[in-house]
Amino acid sequence: MKKKTKKAKNYSNYGYLFIAPFFISFVIFSLIPLVDTIKNSFYEYYTSGLKVVGPNFIGLANYSQILKADLLKYTGNTFILWIAGFIPQIVIALILAAWFTDQHMKLRGRKVYEVIIYMPNLIMASAFAMLFFTLFSNSGPVNSLLQQLHITKEPIRFLASVSGTRGLIALMNFLMWFGNTTIMLMSAINGVNPELFEAANLDGCTHTQIFFRITLPMIRPILTYTLITSLIGGIQMFDVPQILTNGNGSPDRSSMTLIMLLNNYLKTKNYGMAGALSVYLFIISGILCFIVYRFINTDSSDNEAKAKAKREKRQKKIATVEGGITV
Amino acid sequence: MKKKIVSMALIAAMTATMFAGCGSNSSSSSSSSSKSSSGKEGKVLNIWSWNDEFETRFNDFYPEVESVSKDKTETKLKDGTVVKWTINPNQDGVYQQKLDEALQNQATASADDKIDIFLAETDYLVKYTDADANASMPLKDLGIDPDKDLADQYQYTKDAATDKNGDLRATSWQACPGLFVYRRGIAKDAFGTDDPEKIQEKVKDWDTFEQSAKELKDKGYYMLSSMGADTYRVFGNNASEPWVQGDTVTVDPNLMKWVEQSKKFTDEGYNHKVSGQWTDDWNKDQGADSKVFGWFFPAWGINFTIQPNAGDKGAGDWAVCNGPQSYNWGGSFILAAQGTDNPKLVKDIMLKLTADKDTLLKITDKTLDYTNTVSGMEEYAADDKKGDSDFLGGENPYKYFAPAAESIKMDKITPYDQGCGECFQNAFGDYFNGKVSFDKAKKNFETAILERYSDLKKVEWPK
Repeated sequence: MKKKTKKAKNYSNYGYLFIAPFFISFVIFSLIPLVDTIKNSFYEYYTSGLKVVGPNFIGLANYSQILKADLLKYTGNTFILWIAGFIPQIVIALILAAWFTDQHMKLRGRKVYEVIIYMPNLIMASAFAMLFFTLFSNSGPVNSLLQQLHITKEPIRFLASVSGTRGLIALMNFLMWFGNTTIMLMSAINGVNPELFEAANLDGCTHTQIFFRITLPMIRPILTYTLITSLIGGIQMFDVPQILTNGNGSPDRSSMTLIMLLNNYLKTKNYGMAGALSVYLFIISGILCFIVYRFINTDSSDNEAKAKAKREKRQKKIATVEGGITV
Repeated sequence: MKKKIVSMALIAAMTATMFAGCGSNSSSSSSSSSKSSSGKEGKVLNIWSWNDEFETRFNDFYPEVESVSKDKTETKLKDGTVVKWTINPNQDGVYQQKLDEALQNQATASADDKIDIFLAETDYLVKYTDADANASMPLKDLGIDPDKDLADQYQYTKDAATDKNGDLRATSWQACPGLFVYRRGIAKDAFGTDDPEKIQEKVKDWDTFEQSAKELKDKGYYMLSSMGADTYRVFGNNASEPWVQGDTVTVDPNLMKWVEQSKKFTDEGYNHKVSGQWTDDWNKDQGADSKVFGWFFPAWGINFTIQPNAGDKGAGDWAVCNGPQSYNWGGSFILAAQGTDNPKLVKDIMLKLTADKDTLLKITDKTLDYTNTVSGMEEYAADDKKGDSDFLGGENPYKYFAPAAESIKMDKITPYDQGCGECFQNAFGDYFNGKVSFDKAKKNFETAILERYSDLKKVEWPK
């Protein structure tokens, strides 16, 4: 009898055993590196040639040195590159998602389009960047096409101009991610109760009205999610500009992103500066996510409250009017 | 109970495999030395490089080669040893980064994974021949006597690879005196002659060079391909100061002359405005139909770069002359990694490919490479029958190379040369393009170089 209860107790402990692998790997692969990174940020620690310098504790010197380096400029670059890619991405994705899910459009071969727009996401970003580098080089196919069509006489040197380089990076990010976003938004729209659309149709709503008054508010949580993941991905932008500009962030360091700076520090294994930069990045992403989250959440509850107040007001009005009539 | 033991064992196994991935990499590269290894040679020879130049030489001219795998990643030797090739690109420091990491793990790597041979360019050779870092083996530890075995090599190739204790740690199969390489067709059209003596008069100093560039432009040709990269080596190699002393980067006045000239060439349209070397545009400019007149190249540039780009159609349309200034560009050195398990094979490869006159002359005959044998090259310079090149339209380039090779000095190389060169050219590339002001370009260079090398603290410009 006694033995039996003991056994039962043991079974419940198996649960810990089963979740242990996750926690062990989390500690090893995430927590320890994380703590290590923060620790390293207070040290002078790099290699010079094949010789290791440090680690020597130097307090906050790395943090102030990074601020003196072009941190603000690179933060600006990163955000410009992200926003330039994100705005067309979310606009096109919303339009496509609305079309694909619209019952009245009766789009043929919807699945084919879905697959095609998702395709660019399957290519490795660095391969994509190399492809663009070749396509848009001075004697590349794009320039020879433009010249043969007599649109330009001299080849356009895309990668020598700030807008050209930034534009190409934004274009690549847009092409790679709009399919993914479209599919995510489609599933969000499909999750909306169809009765709402039906009712709106019966009430004679136009397509634009349905889109702005029903679709958009109903998929707000997914939109928030898209915005936050894209924001974090944007802050960590690296492979496309790195490959396209050979790691130089040319011209005039205008396409140098934060992670490219991190990569530069890691060339001499400068764990101190790289750690300080990572901590800055962590803080920036944290603050931004908090802002986005709070902004969208309070915004929606505010709206609801406003709408509720409006509705009540209107009902009162109607009631008084009706009352007036009856009187 | 049994079940419990089994599940515990399973979990233990899972965690063990998780741990297996994170071996320590903090051990220093210098802890092992070849002396401790037993007399038995390993079955795998790992060679690291940044391009396939040495691989091609090795496969074509090392007598022990039996077969090469289809994807060219492995070469099999007659005694059954497999040579594994690891190639990482030079640009942006990628090769050095990967190599450093591997060298630091050398002590803990298994015998078949240890690097046995790696290559280094003059731009960063001193980093790896450094006696304190001790990443490479002194050749005398391999049993090579530099004074005897390498007596016929050019002295500068030995000076460059000697550490502060006087130990030679690397050896090269080539010498890299640079010349001006030009197209005969364009020369005839623009200057009325393709005779190297007469063309030399047209490019004898930088002022004349500029006037000739204008003449070429008027005829619809370009003097140079890139916005500055093609002349950078000539100016850089004639600098009076090394790039780095202590923690200070010193920009040489000669490099400011380079900036001035390149800006002028770009503004006047004397060059084809290609953004840099080794790009697609640059390669195309060496093709048979291009309008670009000339390049500054050492011997390897002709056989390794121009020849494949020009193809059969461009063969015979080329010639060389000395150009405005003598200079040296590059040179691939072979180093034995500390801890190699194939010291005998490494020694044999080094001797056969860099000190054996017959093999070196075979390389020269087949590839036009300027090999590291003083007596051999002098024979070629003296004898037009031996030295004539069909690709150069019957010209004997060794007449020009041989005296240039004697005058090379390499006393100003630092471990920072590659990074400094890349950052400098890149920062001023924006200035040539008209995207930034001169002062902004200077500032961008300072930012870039201090980001790249953590131990450098300031940049000094010539007054």
